[in-house]
Amino acid sequence: MSDHQINPNKWIDLYSDYLYNYTISRVSDRDIAQDLVQDTFLAGLKSMKNFKGEATERTWLISILKRKIIDHYRKINSKKGKAEVRMNYNSDTENEGDWLEERVADPFDKTAEDKLQNNELGNAIMDCLSKLPAKHAQIFTMKTIQNYDTEAICNELNITASNLWVIIHRARIAMATCLKENWL
Amino acid sequence: MSDKKYKVFVSCDVANHVCDKTQYNEASLWEKIKLNIHLLYCKACRKYTQNNQKLTKIVKESEVQCLDATAKERLKKQFETELEKHHH
Repeated sequence: MSDHQINPNKWIDLYSDYLYNYTISRVSDRDIAQDLVQDTFLAGLKSMKNFKGEATERTWLISILKRKIIDHYRKINSKKGKAEVRMNYNSDTENEGDWLEERVADPFDKTAEDKLQNNELGNAIMDCLSKLPAKHAQIFTMKTIQNYDTEAICNELNITASNLWVIIHRARIAMATCLKENWL
Repeated sequence: MSDKKYKVFVSCDVANHVCDKTQYNEASLWEKIKLNIHLLYCKACRKYTQNNQKLTKIVKESEVQCLDATAKERLKKQFETELEKHHH
């Protein structure tokens, strides 16, 4: 009856970048993000029998990850002696109790909104990347997101520079087409 | 113009290749001049260049991050150990 299959052998290759990017935009710490991603994969492995196939593997893993992130914030909050998750949207005591809505008009505080938009954009980029052939996605990522030198990539993957540029060209066309609707 | 190196007019393939290199600051000045001359008369490549530049811009703006190779390798190793146990 299930529409989606589950196959953990390919999880790391297929989803680790997506989950990591999702996490890093929420916890802003590389090591913690890596740990959370790892915990998620292990938890997924343990509860594979609960996978009903109603959602895709990735959606299912993200739902585990979300809980891991919430747990993480609970933990660091309880260390401070607070049992609940609190938002530090307003630190000065004078305005304590003001809700977010009352601060929306502040034209000098654009960063939160930008950040939110960037998260969405980051996810959209990851989405499009996952639709590329694996090799193309890997090379595009190394060159464009991780900023490796052409030479370093060629050595690492044992390809020629002209191979690399052909793949980059195809990947860029595919990425532009994929992102076109919402972002370009 | 017969000498390939000094050819001013280039094909679309060459122009697009230079455009790709430009996105990573890897095109020479002369290559960029040739690209710009090509763009003067080629609408298709103008379109490609435009989209290509936008793509560069949004990837940069998104601040998207990936696991670096060593972290991924470590993650994979640890996961495979668990996977191994899981099968037994």
